[in-house]
Amino acid sequence: MNWQIHLPALVLAIPLLGAFASPVAGLGGRNVRNGWMIFISITTTAMCLLLLQKVLADGTAVYVMGAENWNLTLPSGLSWPIRIILQVDAFSAFMAVVGSIAALAGAFFSLSFMDKFTGLEKFSALYFLLVTGMLGMQLTGDLFNFFVFLEIASVASFGLIAFWRDRPEAVEASFKYMIVSTLSAMFILIAVGFLYGRYNAVNIAAVARMLHMGYAEKIALVFLVVSLTMKCGTVPMHMWTPDAYAEAPAGVTCLLVGVSQASLYGLFRVCFSLYGASLGSSVIPWTIIVMGVLSMFIGVTMAVIQKEIKRLMAYHSVSQIGYILLALGVGLLALRDPQAMADYGFTAMKGGIFHIINYTMYKGLLFLTAGAVYYAAGSRNLNELGGLASVMPHTTFMFFIAAAAIAGIPPFNGFVSKLLIYQSTFAVYPLLAVVALVTSVLTLASFVKVFQTAFLGPAKKKFANVKEVPGSMLIGMSVLTIVIIALTLFPTWTLSHLVEPAAKALVDQAGYISAVMGGGL
Amino acid sequence: MNPLSVVVRTICDVFAWFIGIFGIYIIIHGHLTPGGGFQGGAVVATMMAFLLVSYGGKKTLSFAKTGLLSAMETTGLLVFIGAGLLGITSTLFFNFLAGQGGIFGAAVPIGPNSGVLNSAGTISVMNMAVGLEVIGGLSLIILYMFKGIRLFDNASESGETGHDR
Amino acid sequence: MTGNAPFIIVGVIFFLGLYAILFERNLIKIAIGISLLEASVNLLLIVLGYRSGGSIPIFTLAGEVRRMVLPTPQALTLTAIVIGLATSALLLSLIMLLYRHYGTLDVREIRRLRG
Repeated sequence: MNWQIHLPALVLAIPLLGAFASPVAGLGGRNVRNGWMIFISITTTAMCLLLLQKVLADGTAVYVMGAENWNLTLPSGLSWPIRIILQVDAFSAFMAVVGSIAALAGAFFSLSFMDKFTGLEKFSALYFLLVTGMLGMQLTGDLFNFFVFLEIASVASFGLIAFWRDRPEAVEASFKYMIVSTLSAMFILIAVGFLYGRYNAVNIAAVARMLHMGYAEKIALVFLVVSLTMKCGTVPMHMWTPDAYAEAPAGVTCLLVGVSQASLYGLFRVCFSLYGASLGSSVIPWTIIVMGVLSMFIGVTMAVIQKEIKRLMAYHSVSQIGYILLALGVGLLALRDPQAMADYGFTAMKGGIFHIINYTMYKGLLFLTAGAVYYAAGSRNLNELGGLASVMPHTTFMFFIAAAAIAGIPPFNGFVSKLLIYQSTFAVYPLLAVVALVTSVLTLASFVKVFQTAFLGPAKKKFANVKEVPGSMLIGMSVLTIVIIALTLFPTWTLSHLVEPAAKALVDQAGYISAVMGGGL
Repeated sequence: MNPLSVVVRTICDVFAWFIGIFGIYIIIHGHLTPGGGFQGGAVVATMMAFLLVSYGGKKTLSFAKTGLLSAMETTGLLVFIGAGLLGITSTLFFNFLAGQGGIFGAAVPIGPNSGVLNSAGTISVMNMAVGLEVIGGLSLIILYMFKGIRLFDNASESGETGHDR
Repeated sequence: MTGNAPFIIVGVIFFLGLYAILFERNLIKIAIGISLLEASVNLLLIVLGYRSGGSIPIFTLAGEVRRMVLPTPQALTLTAIVIGLATSALLLSLIMLLYRHYGTLDVREIRRLRG
């Protein structure tokens, strides 16, 4: 039997096994624990890549947990699916690859970064639970399972953010995140309840097939949009983002960036695949666009005034999420109109999806370099740092790559995705493109400031005996650097082989439904 | 927390057994009646709270070994995922024991009946695994929270040990 | 009207919980608010899963003719309760840590992270 059909399940089972066996691996001492962490991370990433390859070759993959056969979506002639179904189309697989690469880099980085702390087998267990939650959100084809994986990810991330529990700020950040996250999870559960009460199903494809807009559906949609935008940190509810990102250990922040993408994935899965053409009015697309624009602008203006390096980067991630929301909101706006879709909608979606991978890679790398600076120099305050370029050349180089990419300087990958977003949003409403451009300029200004103050300038006496960070941290950072450079060198290949299938899969609601429901009913 | 009076301790001696037995009953009958691994495990874990209240912290902590409870937790989780992975010749979490005879795979008669205990295949195994995990996990939560209360009494300026940074 | 009573109760509990989260100043009261919210949502799931004329979906209690409701919402609720327990335990632990660090349970004084 071809083992590749089990890939969707293995992608979830391997990190879950990694999490559960971490305490056992911890008994074997430091090397066994580190080896286990690396082994599981690499295997998970490899599985995600294989899954992406399989999905791109064979089309949408479904996997029915616990059935006699992996493709038995409608057992004994029932008209709706009853088991837990994983459904992986090109967009899900793409997101899973993005998330697992961030997780791999974070795991490598954490080996040395966390080495001097105790309780690392718990750290590793929580880390892999977070990976499982993130991948589960991206692969599941079931609304309630989405909630379960979201909660797994949330609970694991509360623990990880507060991992330095003797720091009051970390506990405070975790508490804040916990309130927001629990509230949003409850909203999702309410929405699931409403949809279940209406259609007797929680499978996304089954609900999407029967969906007709009514009051219950509208309430569910509002709850879903509100909660998922809360979870990915857009502007009205962004205040948890800088706290949580700044206070978590750096390797975890890199993974949290990937996890916020999973919430974003949920938002677009709901908007495109669950509601899709029956979304009716353009209220929701415009809400998403306005939220995106506000996030972009407010995030970047807050970032410019920050003094602490990780907090500054965290505000930038609010602003970068805004770009993705703006692009996919424009795509959603054009969804019902084939002409508009061909004119600008599809370009916007390509830009947005390309920005997802770019954003995760360079933002993860930025957080890792900030962690490296903190590890080596012992400070995160920009007023104290300076002249690190001479003592930490590798970190400086990688920071430069990431900063250039996030600022959208032409040859880099950030420029390509931003250009696609400018082009398409200009066609909708020129002001949107103007705001996006201004944001980009402010981003550049802000990172020039960081680069100037932290890395350039005369070497300070205080940092004279600062050394380059240990090897595993450099490996973690170079994983992301290599991906950024590859995306920079081959943007056309990436666009046509990875981004376009993902965008097509997102738009193709009928294909998503028929993969589970078949032609019947 | 100081030990309570001899009346409370005697009642605890008697009822702790019933709590334990009732919890295990809920775990084992998880596939037939309301309940299951989590609910039964939670019932058993209340025993720990019960002992903590009646016997006081010092005595409870002396016989409740956190290492053993952690081991229970990990074993439960590994058995759970292992039972899932063993079914992977069909699918992940496939119930490969059901209907195969043996202690987990008795056939179920069709039509209304009062239930056959040894019929659920891997569901029973997973219920027991989850039960073990929840007993360990919830007892640990109760114990750690209790230890956390104690930490307030002697919170010194030096912060905690062992979690240095 | 009596058919709507469960929904009214759900709404009342939900808004009580939301009020506690948004306006209460004591961390423990916020935790209570979150628990109330979880309880109301669980209740909502159960209520929405009921179909008129259905009986409880327990295998050993199945009669000859009565129809059982689909047990999906019950299963969902059990899962949500388990998750709620994990969240509550972590929430209370964090509150303990916060109290230890700040010496207060007042949210107005726990704000070292700003701007």
